[in-house]
Amino acid sequence: MTRLWLVALTLAAIHLAVALAGFISPYDPAEQHRDYPFEPPMAVHFFDSGGNFHLRPFVFSAGRMYPLQVLVNGKLFQVEEPGHVFLLGTDAFGRDQFSRILHGGRVSLGAGLLATLLTLLAGLILGSVAGFYGGWRDTVLMRLAEVFLALPWLYLLLGVRAFLPLSLDPVRTFLLTIAVIGVVGWARPARLFRGIVLSAKEREYVYAARGFGASSLHIFSWHILPDLRSAALTQATLLIPQYILAEVTLSFLGLGVGEPAPSWGGMLAPLREAGMLTSHWWLAMPAFALLPVVMCYYAAISTSPSDR
Amino acid sequence: MRVKSGVLCALSGALFVALCPGEELLVSHSAKGRRDGRLTVALRAEPKTLNPLIAMDLPSRDVIGRMHADLISIHRQTQLTQPALAKSWTVSPDGRRYTLHLRRGLRFSDGHAFDADDVVFTLEAFLDEKTHSPQRDLLIVDGHPLTARKLDAYTVLIELPAPYAAAERIFDGLPMLPRHILEKPFREGKLAEVWRLNTPADGIAGLGPFRLKQYQPGERLVLERNPYYWQEDGSRQRLPYFDELTFLFVGSEDAQVTRFAAGETDILNRVSPRMFPQLAAGQASRGDIVSDAGPSLEYNFLVFNLSPAVKPTWFQQTAFRKAVSMAVDRDSIVRLVYGGRGAPMWGNVSAGNRQWSNSNIPIPVRSLSQARDLLASAGFTWDSGKTLRDRTGKPVEFSIIVASSNTERVQMATIVQYDLKQLGMKVQVASLEFRSLVDRVLNTRQFDAAIMGLGGGDADPNSEMNVWLSSGGMHVWNPGQKQPSTPWEGEIDRLMRAQMSAIRIKERKQQWDRVQQLIAENVPMVFLASPHVVVAARKWVGGFAPAAMADYTLWNVEELFHRDN
Repeated sequence: MTRLWLVALTLAAIHLAVALAGFISPYDPAEQHRDYPFEPPMAVHFFDSGGNFHLRPFVFSAGRMYPLQVLVNGKLFQVEEPGHVFLLGTDAFGRDQFSRILHGGRVSLGAGLLATLLTLLAGLILGSVAGFYGGWRDTVLMRLAEVFLALPWLYLLLGVRAFLPLSLDPVRTFLLTIAVIGVVGWARPARLFRGIVLSAKEREYVYAARGFGASSLHIFSWHILPDLRSAALTQATLLIPQYILAEVTLSFLGLGVGEPAPSWGGMLAPLREAGMLTSHWWLAMPAFALLPVVMCYYAAISTSPSDR
Repeated sequence: MRVKSGVLCALSGALFVALCPGEELLVSHSAKGRRDGRLTVALRAEPKTLNPLIAMDLPSRDVIGRMHADLISIHRQTQLTQPALAKSWTVSPDGRRYTLHLRRGLRFSDGHAFDADDVVFTLEAFLDEKTHSPQRDLLIVDGHPLTARKLDAYTVLIELPAPYAAAERIFDGLPMLPRHILEKPFREGKLAEVWRLNTPADGIAGLGPFRLKQYQPGERLVLERNPYYWQEDGSRQRLPYFDELTFLFVGSEDAQVTRFAAGETDILNRVSPRMFPQLAAGQASRGDIVSDAGPSLEYNFLVFNLSPAVKPTWFQQTAFRKAVSMAVDRDSIVRLVYGGRGAPMWGNVSAGNRQWSNSNIPIPVRSLSQARDLLASAGFTWDSGKTLRDRTGKPVEFSIIVASSNTERVQMATIVQYDLKQLGMKVQVASLEFRSLVDRVLNTRQFDAAIMGLGGGDADPNSEMNVWLSSGGMHVWNPGQKQPSTPWEGEIDRLMRAQMSAIRIKERKQQWDRVQQLIAENVPMVFLASPHVVVAARKWVGGFAPAAMADYTLWNVEELFHRDN
């Protein structure tokens, strides 16, 4: 198996788990188990205290043994009430970290993917127009790109948030985050695409097609766009982890989706408190979820062309 | 040179003490230490000024409080007034004239004598309109300023335009200023410009236990012992015990705890109760003194915007507000937010305010079913998705704003949001920068509900006149009303004014109890919890007596000493 396949499979597994968060996670991510704040992660056991093996794994909750029930109530696993299963522990409100990491992944990974799509689309359209038509369009668009490159995006986001109504639900905040991250980032890929289009439109086969009376749209879609495909793919693998980290940073600073919706950055925010990392180390779990995702995307870029 | 000048100072101080048999010092019987050593305390930010007339920020007041003294002070533990620079006072039967008898032979930290002229000058300075002192409002009673008249060098007559209950409490936090230094800038209208951070140490004088020694911008401010301080201990040893008091500028509470654990500071002057486990670890390993001084005077609450212009009008309905109050799980707030080191609240006066809290206010039991019944009786219904809807079918959806810098209040908002979800309300929590939040609540009124905190100051009800009077600027649910918009607000106005001019404490207590009852019945604010005062000190700090009122650990700084010395 090539390295690229390994990377792709890991990424697919993580994204699938996040997509199926509702099924895999045992609890609603906002559900507060107020009698269990800061519960450490629970171990899944096969052997009881007497050393007897149990085919059905179990957890200890409040000193009692609770076997895991698989595929009940539309959930992958659960334990019977009044027991609880907190595989990755709980936060300050007794919310299950495992469920929150899976649901939070939807926000963080989703924002990365959708914002990248938005950036590439905007970059592709504006870069291509600038490169293909040239002239005043090129000048205006490229100067605009320079303005966007110079924008301090964090302050821009702070400014945008201040103008919006206070009562923004998590979905709208999520879309806003995507829009801001995606729109602000269009300039860099647009400049790249413009360069490729500039060089491609001077090729002889493009002149030939033009000579045969092909329309601009036809020339662009059939003779220039294919040249942009690999550049777009490389850009995507670069931008996705970057944007995931951007969302995590925004949520960490309290500018992402609000409570009670989870996001990896928001979940990491309590670690800013002194001593929290040493006393409640399991709150850092979202960082361990983030690590393989970002590493896999960067590994995909560094994979040699022959591997692809 | 500095050492030499220090020795000279000490010698001249000793000489002065020897030559001034008429000096009427206050004898502190609680202190039994030795004069030596340094004490280091962290400040959350750099002070903005050393001018007591214009200081508004907490760090400035923390420093200024150690450099100056008041005529009458409030004992932070008993919360009662006690003599300070004034050794005694009498009140006329109509409660309008206070005759203050000053201690004789006292001197400012620069050696200049203190007398009645300084008192009269100080009051003039605080009342000066050009200076815009934040304390000026306290000296205005019934629209008119109080007046001060010198009867002799050590007697001052203070006349109030109208009877004002507990007027002697005004003098706490009103530091006596040196006329010989500040009269010139006062006459020139430049009082607000004096005593900046870069003012040379010998240009500032006060009557507090310490005086300015050195200021290093961005790093520290060092105070040294005031050799003329007017208190001594039982063995005729002049206070304070410490040679120096250093304030380090440490940006956040987390950093303060870390630096205390690292041994860089000696006292933690109140931190969040959630820091207690960490401090307790230091207590076990290093023997630190960690103290939970009980509920503070601070009260945290959820307030709805009751401005008449706000639509929809759910918030205006008492039943709606009561249902919200009934649904909030205060015990969980205390447990999850304060780690159990807090007190749930149902009224507007914290249990930490022992003298004024109304213990007869019934403790409501949290009941979601009763809350639902209340909402149903007020015409609210639930759809199949369990969303609460008003009479017109509009879903009940609103936002709660909270200061992002206050972790505890953000956590309270998350708990309240979850509790109200159980009633079918859709609540969004918006964390805002503190100044932006205050601006929305007090000025622009662009908010639905907010979680805030008040009550860090004095225990006396007069200190919160601007909160409870309907015309008050801090009347957070509907500030600055020309006429009280509800009958119960009208009654609160009447009671607050009556208690302000009542002379008998029993009468005042009855009136203030009724105000608390009206507030509990009409729920303009949903009171949540009051945090305990959690403080810590190194094990060698002697005389440590933390209190529930500000300045928590530093109120008796002159009595603190190094136990090992």
